[in-house]
Amino acid sequence: MSGAERIAAAFSDRHGRAALMPYLMGGFPDIKTSLGIGNAYVDGGADLIELGVPLSDPLADGPVIQSAGSAALAAGATLDLVLGVARELSSCLPIILMCYSNAILARGTDRFVDELADAGVSGLIVPDLPLEEAPATSTSCAAAGVAFVGLAAPTSTDQRLAAIGAATQGFLYTVAVAGTTGERGDDSDYGEVIGRVRSHTSAPVALGFGISTPEQASAAAGAGADGVIIGSRLVREAAEADQPSAACKALVEQFAQALR
Amino acid sequence: MSEPKLDHRFGPYGGQYVPETLMPALAELEAAWLSARVDDDFQAELGRLLRDYAGRPTPLYLAERLSAAAGRTIYLKREDLIHTGAHTIHNALGQALLAVRMGKPRIIAETGAGQHGVASATACALLDLECVVYMGVEDIRRQAPNVQRMELLGATVVAVEAGARTLKEAVSEAIRDWVTNVADSHYIIGSAVGPAPYPAIVRDLQRCIGDEARAQILEREGRLPQRVIACVGGGSNAIGAFTVFVGDEDVELIGVEAAGEGIESGRHGAPLTAGGRPGVLHGSLSALLQDDEGQIAEAHSISAGLDYPGSGPEHAWLRDSGRATYVAVTDDEALAAFERTAQLEGIIPALEPAHAIHYALHVPSNSDLDLICLSGRGDKDLAEVLKLLGR
Repeated sequence: MSGAERIAAAFSDRHGRAALMPYLMGGFPDIKTSLGIGNAYVDGGADLIELGVPLSDPLADGPVIQSAGSAALAAGATLDLVLGVARELSSCLPIILMCYSNAILARGTDRFVDELADAGVSGLIVPDLPLEEAPATSTSCAAAGVAFVGLAAPTSTDQRLAAIGAATQGFLYTVAVAGTTGERGDDSDYGEVIGRVRSHTSAPVALGFGISTPEQASAAAGAGADGVIIGSRLVREAAEADQPSAACKALVEQFAQALR
Repeated sequence: MSEPKLDHRFGPYGGQYVPETLMPALAELEAAWLSARVDDDFQAELGRLLRDYAGRPTPLYLAERLSAAAGRTIYLKREDLIHTGAHTIHNALGQALLAVRMGKPRIIAETGAGQHGVASATACALLDLECVVYMGVEDIRRQAPNVQRMELLGATVVAVEAGARTLKEAVSEAIRDWVTNVADSHYIIGSAVGPAPYPAIVRDLQRCIGDEARAQILEREGRLPQRVIACVGGGSNAIGAFTVFVGDEDVELIGVEAAGEGIESGRHGAPLTAGGRPGVLHGSLSALLQDDEGQIAEAHSISAGLDYPGSGPEHAWLRDSGRATYVAVTDDEALAAFERTAQLEGIIPALEPAHAIHYALHVPSNSDLDLICLSGRGDKDLAEVLKLLGR
C-alpha cells in the first residue's frame, strides 16, 4: 500500500468522525521518551501521527515547538534517530513526517525520500516549501510512494488554492490562522477557511495551527474538517508533565473523545 | 502562477522557501515594486528624500594617508556621512515608501548592528508608520546607542532570546511576526537576503552606491577602479557597490567577510569564503554555515552586522560564476584597521567596513586604484572597541 493509500484509509470509514492527528517532536525531550509519547498517542486514540524533525531555525513554529526542537537537538536528536521513531510507530499508524527544506537538501532529496519510505513513513509535510519550490521533492515522493502533502493558508488566493488542492497527496494540511504554530484561545471561525479550501480539492482537509483545546477540535470537526492536528498543546504537555507519556495519552484521549 | 518579473534566482541560488501564508504577500510586494520603480511620482519622492533628507550623493574621498600606507590610490565611498550613519537608510526609505503605497501601516524590521533598525525607525518616524524592530539580546548589549536611538525615534525594540541571540535569530523572529501580521504589516528586510523578491529589491535600492561612485571616480581619475572592495554580511552594501561594475570586466569585485577568530577556528561569519554546501536560511538558498544535518551554525564576528551564517544569494552566484571574489578578515585585523583609519584619516569607520579597509591595506595586489565602500560610521562601535582594546 502506498503512503497516500494508507493515509486515505485512515481518513475514510470514520462514520463522519474527524481524524485525530497529534504532532510529536521527534527526539523531545529525548529519543526514547519521544517514542514513548508516540506510543501513548497510539494508545490514546490517534488516527495518524505528525512527526517533527527538529531544526535549528524553524520559521513556521512558535515558541513551544521552537524550544522543544532546540532541546531535542541539544539531547542529540538526528534525522536517523527520528526516522527510527518513525519506523517503530509506522507499524501502528500512518506517519506524516514534518521537516524543513534544509534537512532535505542536506541529505539530498532522493536519498532523503528513499529513507523515509524505508522507515515506513506515509507522508511528508515541508512548511517552507511552497508549490513553486516543491517539484523536485514531490517528484521524488511520487517515485517512492510517499504522499507529498500540500499546505493551504487563509491568505492563499483562490488561484493558489486550486493549484495546491490539485497537487496535494494524502490530505491537504490547512493552516487555520495566519501565524506560527502555537496555542490560541480565540474562537477562530474555522468554517470559512475550510469551506474555501474544500471547494478546491478532493483530498481530505485537515486543520492545524492554534487548535489547543478539545472544544476547539470539536468546533473544527463541526465546521467540516476531515482531520484535526494538535501540536503545541501536546508538546507543552510533554515539556511540563512529570510523566510525559501518561500525560500525553490522557490529553490525546480527551481530544479523541471530543471528536467522537 | 504568473511568470516572475524580478530576479527570483541567481544561478541556482535564491528562491522562495517560506510558509504558504507569506506567498501572496511576496507576490503583492513584487507587483508593488514593479509598479513603483517605473512610477515617476514614486521615484521623484524617493529621489527627493534621498537627496534632501538623507544627503545623497555621498562624497567619493581620496584617502591620501591610507593610500600612502597601502602603496596605491584608495578612494572611500563615504556612506558613513549619510543620514543615520550607514547605507541602510536607502533601503529603509525605499521600502517604507513602498509600504505606504501598499497601504500597510505597520513596519517590521530586524537588526544586527542596529543600523538597519535605526534606518527603519527613522523612515517610519518620517512617514508616520508603526515600527517594530527585532534585535538579539547579545546585539542589544553591544550596540546600546542604537537601541536608544530607535526608541527615541518611536520604534518598539523587541529583544530576541533564542539561539546565539544575534542577527540570525532576529531575522527568524521578524519573519514569524510577518507571518502572523501579514495583512497590515510590511517586513523591511535589512540585507540582500531573504525570499524573492527581497534580494532584487534591496539591490535596486542600494545600487545608488555604485552608480554614484562609478561616475565620481571616472570624473576624478578618468578611469574605472581596478578593484571595488566592500564588506559582506548579508551583503547589501556590497551588492549596491558591485552592481553597476558587474559589466565592467576589468574591475575586480571583492567581498570581505568576517573571519572572526579565524576560518579554521570555526568561529566566523564567512560562508562564501569557507565554502560548503548551499542551504536554505530565511527563505532563500545560498552559501550557508551548517552541519551535515542542515542545522544552521552560529556565526561569530566582532561586528554585529557581519555576524550572520548566511549570505545574499546573488553573492553566492557572483562567487560561483567567478565574477566576484570573497575573502575574510579576522576580528583582530578589523580592530586594527578601525584604529588605523581613525588615526590616519580622522574617520572612525564602522567595524563592518573596517574589514574591507584591512584587506585593502594589508593584502598584496597589483591594483593601483581601489574603491572601498565605507558603508557606515563607527560611533556605534566605540564602547565595544575601547573595551576590546583594553582602554
